[in-house]
Amino acid sequence: MTTQRIHVPGDAAALSVGADRVADAIDAEIAARGLDATIVRTGSRGLFWLEPLVEIDFGDGRIGFGPFDVGDARALFDAPEHHPRRLGKVEELAYLKSQQRLTFARCGVTDSLSLDDYAFCGGLKGLHRALEMAPGEIVDVVTESGLRGRGGAGFPTGIKWRTVAGAEADQKYIVCNADEGDSGTFADRMLMEGDPFLLIEGMVVAGLAVGATKGFVYLRSEYPHAFRQLGRAVAVARIGKLLGNDVLGSGREFDIEVRLGAGAYICGEETSLLESLEGKRGQVRFKPPLPAIEGLFGRPTVVNNVLSLAAVPTILAEGAAFYRDVGMGRSRGTMAIQLAGNVKHGGLIERAFGLTLRDIVDDYGGGTLSGRPVRAVQVGGPLGAYWPRELFDTPFDYEAFAAKGGMIGHGGVVVFDDSVDLACQARFAMEFCAHESCGKCTPCRVGATRGVETIDKIIRGEHAAGNIDLMRDLCEVMRDGSLCALGGLAPMPVLSALDYFPEDFVRDASVAAE
Amino acid sequence: MTPVDRAQAATPLDLALIRGIAEELKPLDGALLPILHAINDRFGYVDERAVPVVAEVLNLSRAEVHGVVTFYHDFRRAPPGRHVVKLCRAEACQSVGADKLFAEVEAACGDDGKVTVEPVFCLGNCALGPAALIDGNLHGRIDCAAVRDLVRT
Repeated sequence: MTTQRIHVPGDAAALSVGADRVADAIDAEIAARGLDATIVRTGSRGLFWLEPLVEIDFGDGRIGFGPFDVGDARALFDAPEHHPRRLGKVEELAYLKSQQRLTFARCGVTDSLSLDDYAFCGGLKGLHRALEMAPGEIVDVVTESGLRGRGGAGFPTGIKWRTVAGAEADQKYIVCNADEGDSGTFADRMLMEGDPFLLIEGMVVAGLAVGATKGFVYLRSEYPHAFRQLGRAVAVARIGKLLGNDVLGSGREFDIEVRLGAGAYICGEETSLLESLEGKRGQVRFKPPLPAIEGLFGRPTVVNNVLSLAAVPTILAEGAAFYRDVGMGRSRGTMAIQLAGNVKHGGLIERAFGLTLRDIVDDYGGGTLSGRPVRAVQVGGPLGAYWPRELFDTPFDYEAFAAKGGMIGHGGVVVFDDSVDLACQARFAMEFCAHESCGKCTPCRVGATRGVETIDKIIRGEHAAGNIDLMRDLCEVMRDGSLCALGGLAPMPVLSALDYFPEDFVRDASVAAE
Repeated sequence: MTPVDRAQAATPLDLALIRGIAEELKPLDGALLPILHAINDRFGYVDERAVPVVAEVLNLSRAEVHGVVTFYHDFRRAPPGRHVVKLCRAEACQSVGADKLFAEVEAACGDDGKVTVEPVFCLGNCALGPAALIDGNLHGRIDCAAVRDLVRT
């Protein structure tokens, strides 16, 4: 009989609610009973309200138990079929079954750090194919797939690659932007912890396509667990010849260094990230030149988000048409939607573009955690718009959101109940911008601070109408005059709050008179 | 005295160790951030007196190194307490009461110097907020009592 594998997530979110303690308790039970069983640490499935989610295959698909507590370990072996935490087949859970997991197919399923598991479950297929292709052909496939940058801007990945491929230089770089700073997002983290070889494979393919031999992952320091996990994965990849001077025996060269950010939100902006990697203050650069022409250390550089690079192996393995045929309009493929905040069933939803906000918040989310009505969602991170329920029919798609003054950004959806005060949220958007501004351009550096002061006056009821006009004017200056998206988009949450929740800005003027 | 002055007065600093760290990491491309991280990890902060040493090793001006140290929120200018509690104050955690929690935690353990309470903007645990990073470990669905338990010793 083969050894029984018991799967316990090693994802940081699962650890944050006790997954390590659960693993220890199960391990102690295995030892005490002298069972032929072993614990396999996987990533998370992204059904976070069920974490820690323990999975065991009894011969007919994996059965889930969660949220698992230390005290549940004994019953797992006494009577698993009547276990109080038993959820049934994990793949049949509606939340998961309805998804199209392309990028996250292995996350939560395989041993995160086993290259054998990775290859057995479809990994490396894309890279093997890429090694048989000319660099230009790889770029063509990525271009034809319609893949757009998942970091937020949605720029076509293939076009970026073509520019770098066409640039002449003694050294080119692949830089992975893993500075996932938007509140409400965690997909990059989940992938780097749960299926790190997919990112590594994507970066190697990118290197082959554009002629780069060196890659950097710029990872935010707020993710210490992902940093350790990625470091281990890179070491395993070097031993397994996925990285090094002879990639999979092809004679081609590619290696990766993982670098930590230092707590600056602005370093998610690509030029600021490059400055930071060079060891400088993370100040935004003027464009042009584009990073594709003059990027890291002045060399042609591909800067892609984690999920853009992680989509590449699937595109190579299954073909451009396979990926392009999923999605809507100009948003092709799947999007990793991250449902967070005050929501009952928060987690990762990977589906083709086109799902409505209502599907996401009501059907997947199941309403708020507090049980109160949903009043607003913020989509796209701290610079995304606050939307009321009236806009919940909007499909999740780059253009559909832009048409209504919002953005999908990196795919984060943060839910708020009816206790939210949108004037305070608008104030926070400006405060955050002031806190994180790199200081290079005036509209952002000074505008954000003036924005906080102006909203404070509105909240105090001082000349509310005049100050709201002033606020709108300031937002226009910041939007049109800022150098990068931080100052340029900070007005989005503010204006959406003013437009859709004006009642929150009507304050009692007697407060001001006191 | 400012916290920086206090740090300088209270602690003799192992400048040889700082030089050693800088020399070791110097071969990296763009070595300044890795060096500052290593110093920050080792000492808990980046002492003002480390700046000229690092500058000399990397052949940079003091102003350049100072500029980088002060740009990034991670690099502390004074030693932290025995425990470091980073509480998320970003939107997803705000929606489940992070502002109130921050005030409670500060009131409960913010003033004796033993515990350093810092705000952080997103820990990537947004579906299990409020989130906190306590002494490097991530916690979800945390409350003030749980924080206090973790920093008791």
